[in-house]
Amino acid sequence: MNIVVCIKQVPETTEVRINPETNTLIREGVPSIVNPFDENAVEAALKLREKHGGKVTVITMGPPQASEALKTTLAMGADEVFLVSDRAFAGSDTWATSYTLSQTIKKLGAFDLIICGKQAIDGDTAQVGPGIAEWLKIPQVTFAVKIEAEGNKAKVERLLEEINEVVETPLPAVVTVVKQINEPRMPSLKGMMKAKKAEIKTLKASDIEAEEKNIGLNGSPTQVVKIFTPPPKGGGEKMEGEPKEIAEKLIGRIKERKII
Amino acid sequence: MSIRIIAEKCTGCSLCVKTCPFNAIEMKPREGTPRKLAVIDLDKCTLCGACVDACKKFGAIEIKLEKESSADLSHYKGVWVFAEQREGKIQPVAYELLGEGRKLAQELKTDLSAVLCGGEEIEEEVPHLFAYGADKVYLLQHDELKDYKSLPYTRAVAELLVKNKPEIFLLGATTMGRDLAARLAIRVGAGLTADCTGLSIDPEKKILQQTRPAFGGNIMATIISPNNRPQMATVRPKVFRKPDKQEGRKGELIQFDPVINPEDLVVKLIEVIKDESIKVNLAEAEIIVSGGRGLGEAKNFKLIEELAKSLGGAVGASRATVDAGWISAHHQVGQTGKTVAPKLYIACGISGKIQHLVGMQSSDTIVAINKDPDAPIFKVATYGIVGDLFEYVPLLTEKLQELRG
Amino acid sequence: MLDYQLTEEQQMVRELARKVALEKALPKREEWDESGEFPWEAIKAMAEADLLGLHIAEEYGGMGQSVLNYCIATEEISRICGGVGVTFAACGLGSTPLILFGSEEQKKKYLPDVASGKKLSAFGLTEANAGSDAAGLETTAKTEGDHYIINGTKQWITNGGDAEIYVIIAITDKSKGPRGASAIIVDKGTPGFTFGKKENKMGIRCSSTRELVFQDCKVPKSQLLAKEGMGFIVAMKTLDLTRPGVAAQAVGIAQGALDEAVKYARERVQFGKPIATFQGVQHMLADMATQVEAARALVYATAKMIDAGAKNSTMPSSQCKLFASDVAMKVTTDAVQILGGYGYMKEYPVEKMMRDAKITQIYEGTNQIQRNQIALALIKQGAAMKK
Repeated sequence: MNIVVCIKQVPETTEVRINPETNTLIREGVPSIVNPFDENAVEAALKLREKHGGKVTVITMGPPQASEALKTTLAMGADEVFLVSDRAFAGSDTWATSYTLSQTIKKLGAFDLIICGKQAIDGDTAQVGPGIAEWLKIPQVTFAVKIEAEGNKAKVERLLEEINEVVETPLPAVVTVVKQINEPRMPSLKGMMKAKKAEIKTLKASDIEAEEKNIGLNGSPTQVVKIFTPPPKGGGEKMEGEPKEIAEKLIGRIKERKII
Repeated sequence: MSIRIIAEKCTGCSLCVKTCPFNAIEMKPREGTPRKLAVIDLDKCTLCGACVDACKKFGAIEIKLEKESSADLSHYKGVWVFAEQREGKIQPVAYELLGEGRKLAQELKTDLSAVLCGGEEIEEEVPHLFAYGADKVYLLQHDELKDYKSLPYTRAVAELLVKNKPEIFLLGATTMGRDLAARLAIRVGAGLTADCTGLSIDPEKKILQQTRPAFGGNIMATIISPNNRPQMATVRPKVFRKPDKQEGRKGELIQFDPVINPEDLVVKLIEVIKDESIKVNLAEAEIIVSGGRGLGEAKNFKLIEELAKSLGGAVGASRATVDAGWISAHHQVGQTGKTVAPKLYIACGISGKIQHLVGMQSSDTIVAINKDPDAPIFKVATYGIVGDLFEYVPLLTEKLQELRG
Repeated sequence: MLDYQLTEEQQMVRELARKVALEKALPKREEWDESGEFPWEAIKAMAEADLLGLHIAEEYGGMGQSVLNYCIATEEISRICGGVGVTFAACGLGSTPLILFGSEEQKKKYLPDVASGKKLSAFGLTEANAGSDAAGLETTAKTEGDHYIINGTKQWITNGGDAEIYVIIAITDKSKGPRGASAIIVDKGTPGFTFGKKENKMGIRCSSTRELVFQDCKVPKSQLLAKEGMGFIVAMKTLDLTRPGVAAQAVGIAQGALDEAVKYARERVQFGKPIATFQGVQHMLADMATQVEAARALVYATAKMIDAGAKNSTMPSSQCKLFASDVAMKVTTDAVQILGGYGYMKEYPVEKMMRDAKITQIYEGTNQIQRNQIALALIKQGAAMKK
C-alpha cells in the first residue's frame, strides 16, 4: 500500500503557560513536537505497511525547522519524507494548508491512503484532513479508531459521540485518526541513526505548481485579527471546617442553587 | 499585508518576544545603544498581531492587515444554522445555535433560517425549528440523506448555499458538524472557523467576528472572513444556551430538492456499535461528577459513579484517566474530549489543566475536591475543597443518600 | 556531568533510553513496585527502540557489541526505575554466555530473538547452597545418550519465569570438582523445567526473581555451551563483562535519587528559604554529586576498556561494581534524608530508590567477594612488580 501521512510540528501546548503577571503567553522552553495525533497517524500507516507491504511517505507544510518533526517520523520507520516550505506559504489558514498539501500529494504520485491526525493541538480546527479530501475529490472518513484495508477498500471504525460506526470506503481516501487508535511506537535506534544522516528534501511553491491565489495569507479566507489571553477567572469560595461540616455546607449550597 | 518594527520606537523591552505564540521575534544587538532591537522572522510570523497588542505602550510594531475587499458581497444575506439531526431527532446544539443566530440576525437586520436534511419522517421535526426561532426552514428530504454521510450531505447543502447565498452559516462542532463543515467550506469557497466560543457582529463592517481558543486553550483568537461567503463557523454544544421555546410559532417552510449523485454514495455504513456503559448522555447531563488522576486507579471510579448516582448525574473523566485506560473515552471532558456546561460539575482529583478547563468552565456551579491547594482547578471553582477525595466523595455520597431517605 | 566524549551514537542511545524510560517506566513505576508485576510495557518499548540488542553483533540483529552502549542504556533506564533497569540488564546477562562461547549455530538460533526482544533471557548460577561459594553447586546434568538429564534448583534468578532462554551452570562431572561444571542452554517449556513462585522482595520489585526447578529435565547435548567442564569459566567471563552493567544500574539509581534531592531542595522552603540554600544540605548534595560522577567515570572507563578488547578486565570490573553500588546505597539514603519526612513516604520516589539500591551491593557477587577479588588481583600485581 502506498500511504502518505500529513504531519505538523507544533509547540507542546500542555507546557505552554500564561505569565500571571503580564497575562501573556510564555513560550520559552516549550519544545516543538510532532502533533500527537499525527504520531498516531504515522503509527497507523506503519502498521498497515507491516501488514500489507508498501511505502509510507510523510509530508509536512511548515518553516525549515519542521524538518525535525519529519526526522522523528523517519526514526519511527517512515520510508520517505518531504518538507513543503516556502515563504509564500506563511500565514496560511486551513484552506491554504489543505490546498498546499493536496497539491503536494498530487505531485508525489498515486496514493492508496492518506492519513492525518484528527486535529493539531495548536490550531485545534480538525479541518485540514477533510479539506485535503475535498481538494483531491476523494472520500473522507474522520475520527478513525480502527483502519483495516482490503484490496482497494478500507473498513474504518469511527469514534463518534455516543456510538462507534463502521464504514467501508473505496480507496484512495483520506482518513483522520483519533488518539485511541493506537500507541505510537518508540523511535528505534537504527531509525534515529538513519534520520540523523537523512537529508530532508524541500518542495517549494513552484515545485508543487501551487496557484498563488490559494496559498499563504492571500489564499486564506480567514484571518486572525486579534489574539488575547482570556482574563483570569476569579476564584470562588474555599470551604473550611471539619469534613462532615464541609460536606453538609456544600450540600446546603447545592440545594440553595436549586440544583437538587 | 505586512508587519514591521519601528526601530526608533523600540525600547528593547522584549515583551513582544514573550508574547509571540510562534517564537518569531528575537532581540538583536544594535549600534549606538545597549538596548536591543526586536527583529521579526518573517518565516515564522503569521501576522496574528499579538505582539502589536503587547507593544501598545511604545507602539513600535506596525501591522497592515487589510485585504482589499474585491468582490461585492452585499447580496449575501441571512444567518443560517445547520439543524443537525441523528436518528430523526434534531440535536440540541441546533437550537443553541438558533438562539445565538437570532442575536446575529437582529444585528444584521436579516432573517434566521435553518437547514434540515433527512429522510421522509424528518418533516415532523420542522415545527421545533420555528419554535426555537427560525424564520425559514430549508428542508432537504431524500432517502440517502436519512443518515449523515459526508459526500451526499456536502453536495446537497453546498447546492443550497450557492443558490441562496446566506452571509453566515453556523454548524455544531460535533463529529458530524466538523466532518461536514470542513469539506463544505472548500466546496463553496467559504472561510471556516472551528470551535468558536464567541460570535459577534463588527458594527462597522457588518461582518462576523469569531472568537475561539487556540494553543490548547491558553490564548483566544478573534477571526474574520472578510472576502468569502458564507462566513462559516462551528460551535461546540453547550457553549451557547438554548433559547426559550415558543410553541406554535410559525415560519416559512421551503422544500429544496437535493441533488443526489451516485458517485457520492461510495462510502457505506456497515455497522453501528453502541457503548453499553453510556447510560446517561454526558453532553446533556445537568449534573456531572468527574474523576481525575487523583483517583489513583481504575477501580476507584466506583466512588465517582456512586456520587453521580446519588445526584442523578453522569460520570465524566479527565484525559489522564482515559489515557491510563481507567475509563472509556466517551466520558472524557476537555479540549480533546467533550465540552459540557451542566448545572453542577464536581471535579474530584482533577488538577485543572487548561485543556480540561476549556471543556467545563462554563458550568453553572463548579465544585473542586483536590489535595493540592495550588491546583489550577480552584481558580474556576465556585466551591473549593482542599482535601482528600477518598474522604469527601464517599462522605458526600453518604449524606446525599441520607437525604433521599 | 563530565564530558565523556561520547560518540553521536552513544548520545542517541542515552537519549532514546531516557525517552523510553520517561514515557513507559515513569508513569507506572510506583504501580509496578507496589504490585510486583513484570514491566512488559517498558520492555516491549525497549525492544521496539532496538535497545535490547545493544550488546549483540549486527550480524545477529543487534546494534553492534558495545558494553559502553549497554551501560549507558542501563544507567538511563535505572535512573527512572531500578527494577526496569535490572530487567533490561539481566537480558544482557542471560545472553552474554552465548555471545562469548556460543557456536555459530547456537548464536544464530538464539541471538536474533534476544536482539529483537522477542525472547528475554536469564542466567542461572546461584543456588540455595551456592551463593558466594559458587563451587557449592548441586544442580547436576547427567549424560544419557545424546541428552543431559538436569536435576536441581536454581535460586533467585532474575527474569526467571518471564524469560524464554536460560543459560544455567550444572555439574556434569562431580569428580572433577569446580572443573566439572558446564554451561547449558535450556528453553522455557522444556518438560521437567518449571518455576517457583515470584519472590517478594525489598526492592527492584517489578523484576521477576524466581526459582528454576529442574526435575529430570531432558535437554539435547547440542545445548551445551563451549565444552564440558568450562562452566565456571563461562560464568566468570560472563560476569566480568556484565558487572559494569550492574555498576551502571547503580549509577543510574544514584543519579535518579540525586535528581530528586536537588529538585526537592530547591522547592522546599523552611525558615523562609529553600533548603538548598543551607550549607548543610549543599554539602550533602555536593558529596552525592561527586560520588555519582566518580562512579560513572569508573564504569565508563571499564566499559571502554572491555570494548577496546582488553583481555583481563576482572579487577576494574570488580572495582566499578563495588564502588558504584556503595555510592548508590549512600546517595539514595542521603536523598531520603534530604527529603526528610516526605522522603520516607511512598508517595515520593526516593524511598523506593533506596530499597532498589541495596541489591546492587549484593548480587553479581557481593561487595565482600568483590573486595576479595580486588585484593587478590593487587597481591598478584605486587608479586609481579620488580623491586
